[in-house]
Amino acid sequence: MCRAVDLQRAVLAKNEAAAQILRTELTARGTTVVNLLSSPGSGKTALLERELRLAGERGVAAAALTADLATENDARRLARSGAPVKQVLTDGLCHLEADMVARHLHDWLPESTRLLFVENVGNLVCPAGYDLGESLRVVLASVTEGEDKPLKYPTAFGLAQLVIVTKTDMAEAAEFDEAAFRAHVEQVNPGVEVLLSSVRDGRGAGALLDRALAAAGGNRVHTPVMARAGA
Amino acid sequence: MHEMSLAVAVVDQVETAARSRGAVGVSSIELDVGELAGVVADALAFCFELACADTVVEGAELITRTVPGTARCEPCAEVWAVGMPPCLLCPGCGAAADGLVSGRELQIREVRWADPEAAREDHRQPITEES
Ligand SMILES: [Zn+2]
Repeated sequence: MCRAVDLQRAVLAKNEAAAQILRTELTARGTTVVNLLSSPGSGKTALLERELRLAGERGVAAAALTADLATENDARRLARSGAPVKQVLTDGLCHLEADMVARHLHDWLPESTRLLFVENVGNLVCPAGYDLGESLRVVLASVTEGEDKPLKYPTAFGLAQLVIVTKTDMAEAAEFDEAAFRAHVEQVNPGVEVLLSSVRDGRGAGALLDRALAAAGGNRVHTPVMARAGA
Repeated sequence: MHEMSLAVAVVDQVETAARSRGAVGVSSIELDVGELAGVVADALAFCFELACADTVVEGAELITRTVPGTARCEPCAEVWAVGMPPCLLCPGCGAAADGLVSGRELQIREVRWADPEAAREDHRQPITEES
């Protein structure tokens, strides 16, 4: 004795709606969001610190919202760049959601902010499904993590609009096979750009900033196959 | 574990729907979960048990249907199962797929409401109205 009802509602509809509102509001005031994903220890904070410092030198108003389960260490580190920084403590939650980002912008983010970098919780599984109102989604992997990382975390790599390989100064010691890594990225996200970077030797300095500014300027950003519905 | 957020979202949506139609209970919820949605079905089932406690959804059976990932190459007019880890390059011509046909779903497919008539009979007439 049951009645069946077809709901057909996306489970994440609430987050997607919040993300869309956030994107519209921020874009209207000239702020572009860049969502950074990686596993813990990939060098995300170091890279971000460098790019924020460069933004300051070039007179680009950039800010960062950094999320961790605990400690404000990353915010302290990022603040050394001189950019406005805010720490979000997720209290155990493994990813950020759009309404969390929206809640943390009030009374903090300067109106003039051109680029807002959101450093997601270090995790390649959970953050992948959550749109944070970003205009550019970047996934990072360090040379020490293995060439098959894109295959192990296909959703995170498959939905990225830019891939950055970090710590490339250690590539030789780590026996990092760049060609294999690129082939694996191509398998799950054909056509996505892969950038090489090292904070230690300066490789790729400013590349993230350049791509973020291009996205802010309305330049076409790569649309991953995984984000396209097949016609 | 983002499955907890998903479980809460499922319960919220079904609760809202239940309230709008005055349903007294839910017998089952069927979910479509794509192979590429990044969701662990067991973790979701575990979280669902916790999320539905003390709600109108409590006691409902969660049925998860896995939707395989498939992609399409327009020039070849080919649709293939992408597998896991997925390959989004066309097996025919090697070009990038034009898009996914399926595999990223995360949807409530169907909700079966516990019939109010049946519930009333179970509890013998006016008890449900009074309590
Ligand atoms: Zn083809």
